[in-house]
Amino acid sequence: MTKIKVAADPKSVLEGSLEIANYFGYLSGVHHTVVNIERDVNLGSSVGGILVDVEGDKYRVKDKKDAARLFVQRVILKKDVEDLKVKKVLPPEKAHITEEVLIVKRNFGRYEDIDGYLALGGYEALKKALKMKPEQVVEEIKESGLRGRGGAGFPTGLKWESALKEKALEKFVVCNADEGEPGTFKDRVIIEEDPHALVEGMIISAYAVGASKGYIYIRGEYADVARKLQKAIEEAEAKGFLGEDILGSGFNFQLVLRFGGGSYIAGEETALLESIEGRAARSRFKPPYPTQKGLFGKPTVVNNVETLVKVPWIILHGGAEYRKYGTESSPGTKLFSICGIANKRHVVELPLGVTLRELVYAYGEGVYGEGKLAMVQTGGKAGTFVPPEKLDVKLDFDAVKEGVSLGSGAIVLIDDSSSFLDIALNVAKFFEHESCGKCTPCREGMFLMRKMIEKMVREGKEDYDALEEIERIVLIMKDSSLCGLGQSVHNPMISLIRILERGEVA
Amino acid sequence: MRVTINGREYEFEKPMTVLEAARKVGIHIPTLCYHPRITQSGSCRMCLVEVEGQRLLQTACTTYIKDGMKVYTNSERVKAAVKHNLELLRMIHPDDCQTCEVNGRCELQDLLQRFGVEREVDYYGNAVDIIDGSSPAIRRDLEKCVKCFRCVKACEEIQNLSVYAMVKRGHYEYPATAFDAPVYNTVCVGCGQCSFVCPVGAITEKPDWRIVLELLEDGEKMLIVQTAPATRVALAEEFGAEPGTISTGKMVAALRRLGFDYVFDTNFGADLTIIEEGNEFVERVKRGGPFPMFTSCCPAWVNYAEKVFPWVTKHLSSARSPHIMLGAIIKTYFAQKIGKSPDDIIVVSIMPCTAKKDEITRDQLVIDGWQPVDYVLTTRELGKLIRLKGIPFMSLPEEDYDHPLGVSTGAAAIFGVTGGVMEAALRTAYEVITGETLPKVVFEEVRGLDGVRDATIKVGDKEIKIAVVHGLKNTERLLKMMERGEVFYHFVEVMACPGGCIGGGGQPKSLDPDVIRKRAEAIYEIDEMMEIRKSHENPAIKQLYKEFLKKPLGELSEKLLHTYYRDRSKEYLDLARFYQSKQVS
Repeated sequence: MTKIKVAADPKSVLEGSLEIANYFGYLSGVHHTVVNIERDVNLGSSVGGILVDVEGDKYRVKDKKDAARLFVQRVILKKDVEDLKVKKVLPPEKAHITEEVLIVKRNFGRYEDIDGYLALGGYEALKKALKMKPEQVVEEIKESGLRGRGGAGFPTGLKWESALKEKALEKFVVCNADEGEPGTFKDRVIIEEDPHALVEGMIISAYAVGASKGYIYIRGEYADVARKLQKAIEEAEAKGFLGEDILGSGFNFQLVLRFGGGSYIAGEETALLESIEGRAARSRFKPPYPTQKGLFGKPTVVNNVETLVKVPWIILHGGAEYRKYGTESSPGTKLFSICGIANKRHVVELPLGVTLRELVYAYGEGVYGEGKLAMVQTGGKAGTFVPPEKLDVKLDFDAVKEGVSLGSGAIVLIDDSSSFLDIALNVAKFFEHESCGKCTPCREGMFLMRKMIEKMVREGKEDYDALEEIERIVLIMKDSSLCGLGQSVHNPMISLIRILERGEVA
Repeated sequence: MRVTINGREYEFEKPMTVLEAARKVGIHIPTLCYHPRITQSGSCRMCLVEVEGQRLLQTACTTYIKDGMKVYTNSERVKAAVKHNLELLRMIHPDDCQTCEVNGRCELQDLLQRFGVEREVDYYGNAVDIIDGSSPAIRRDLEKCVKCFRCVKACEEIQNLSVYAMVKRGHYEYPATAFDAPVYNTVCVGCGQCSFVCPVGAITEKPDWRIVLELLEDGEKMLIVQTAPATRVALAEEFGAEPGTISTGKMVAALRRLGFDYVFDTNFGADLTIIEEGNEFVERVKRGGPFPMFTSCCPAWVNYAEKVFPWVTKHLSSARSPHIMLGAIIKTYFAQKIGKSPDDIIVVSIMPCTAKKDEITRDQLVIDGWQPVDYVLTTRELGKLIRLKGIPFMSLPEEDYDHPLGVSTGAAAIFGVTGGVMEAALRTAYEVITGETLPKVVFEEVRGLDGVRDATIKVGDKEIKIAVVHGLKNTERLLKMMERGEVFYHFVEVMACPGGCIGGGGQPKSLDPDVIRKRAEAIYEIDEMMEIRKSHENPAIKQLYKEFLKKPLGELSEKLLHTYYRDRSKEYLDLARFYQSKQVS
């Protein structure tokens, strides 16, 4: 069995050595050959390529073509490949790769039921919060600088504060678990692995804003994990964390699940409220904001699952501790769902400010198979397409200024097997299908855009005049649409057109 | 509050939207989904304005003014966005303006012209092209729909019937009835509020004017026209006059010039209704019930009672509505006078109402094989006929109705406004019951535009509890309170449309928020001007009873002037189930 070692020092990793290592595995499958592939941190490095050691011979591999040649010649045909040989091996090089921080993932997979959760220190944050005044809880969240993790990044503390200040007989807290953004699956994993943290976060948020009832709006496709959540709610009720007079504090809170019907727009907070009210999910105009006039006309706080799950941790450890992670404007950690044509598709929790390169090459381990990374879509369908040369942009809520949107934390790798028009048509069809139909620019604009791109696809070539027109359509859509859906379609469309103009995608 | 609009500073007292503020100071902001009769949806994105400090354009209809706000309504950015949105609407809207029912009265047409929107984007049309002519009252042509949500909101907020809902998403959405049933087979009562608010020609009254035009030009049969109390205060709006302009004389003149042989006044029928209905009420007071008695002049309300609250049908007054009564009298009493048979006469009613078109198709109204009224035209349709025939309406002389069926009283005139039937009935019932002359003709208690008004009127030694309600949403609330036994009334007047007939679904379209108040004032002005203000004092009515009907609730009256009602609630639910089963398969 041939033994292949691939350099895995941080510098090489960021240059894509893990992608090469995975590619060797792929090639061994293609050639029905068994090889032993090892990722060696101490192997060393080389300039202008990735250092690969095959049975003691050192080679430098620039790209997948080199790797394939090396594999066929050296491993299968047992011939040497002179031009790839490295004379001088450099020592392993250091580079910064952000380490995972487990705040949301702290309890992942560590408990089965509420007793397990309690043993891990569960509901301690709730006990602590109930001893504080609601204002203090809000203050703590404000101090942590936590920003909404659903995509827009609105400061959670400010949202809670404005709901707390509203005077109403009844207030609501709503958890947005309608994770419809394609390529995002962090909320699903959270609910699956740590449902009690969400329940606890909901109770604390309700206490902070003075809400008496909470809804978790979970997408209908998540029926299986919803069962886990329902079980967690029932367990919490049995232990007295939900219901009347919680832990003797005099605070009452009721929590119920609501299922979505599968519409993307229901993830928009006002459309979500409409859906809970039993209407078709169509956005409302703002202002009034949900914190003023939300569910059933009452002040309502809508938070994402990930935001709420962070709340117990912040209450326990303090807002200042949370601020230690992440960047100045976007503190804390973020879950990223790496998917698409990545070698490793999973959810990672990293402090904000991490670069896209780390996500793609260190955590996603590069592009699967013989493909070459063409672009990365960040932030979901309404996020941006990022060309490879922009991979070093630091990801946080301000990165959108540089053309990289953080959004929901979806990192979708796209290789060069998809053509520009395929991707554009996919985006256009998605938004045409998901536009709720309330406002004119989005409703008809998406339709027109799809028709224009379809025409290009039929003719088989890009029409730059039409693309210019599409750019105009999406910019006016951004300026004049009712809700976030129409206002964000310019992100994917324009970033995609920029990539096309750069002329690298077939 | 000081607000700067387009660089000029204005002072406003009350909080209001940017749109209202701009209209107040005479700045025009284009709108399409905004309508004063319903809440705003902010969906058409035509009233976009630039607000300093806001990243994106804001809709004027949903943004409230703030002190120190700086608003730009006509910047290049705003114009580009509005024009583009209009281009998108043009993309889905067909170019059949020339033959469209609302040509010249179309808000989209005006906007397209105002912004000079050429057909730059290809025409793709709407995803559905349903043409629904099932209802005798309204006609839906969804090919023309611009998805402004007005009809959905009007049906929900004014009538609480929710006949329409937006189904599907995006470009493919359309205002559908439940399970796509033809609208006549739904809970729809035909009030036509949707056709009143529709900015384009997607929902109109069922057009009958063309048939009437042909009959007029044909000249074979005798055509007799009658006009409702509420048309005379609104028709002039079709020719650019201020709402509330009284144009009775001009309307009569125009109808003569259109070629009608006789022009009669539905007010005469209203007086007749009061005699019959008033006497029916007096009878019920004498017999001690059944109470409450509901008025039955409003056909949309009658439909509503039959479809939704079947118990009410036993309480409805058996009196036919005024124009049906007058139609019957024309085809009997008047036909005898001029020596014609009912079959030689065609009676056309000019009504502010679309439900009247539905009413004349009721089987119960047929007398000896002929219909009392053959065609109903709405105020809008009459306006169109006058326009199309090139009659210079505003410069016509004032002419009088023909005798004898054109003589009427102030009591009949106020039929057109909510509370009017009640007030007219009280004027007569008081004198019939007590035998004394009314000290004061005006009953202030029943006037006004509140949704539900009630009062206790002392008639002799009796106290009569009455209620006046308009809009079926308010009606539903009142009826449910009655079902729970929370309230009790002797006599209830119901009008389905806001403000009564003056706000009817067939009236000229208007974006004036005060249009109902202005028309109501005009109606009361007509009443004030009348010499005779009580129905039973109408000399022509007296003559009619002397010569023909003999006495109220008599044998001939029962045949010609009264009707009965059916419980149709099960029927329409069965239909709904039928369409549902079709949908599933």
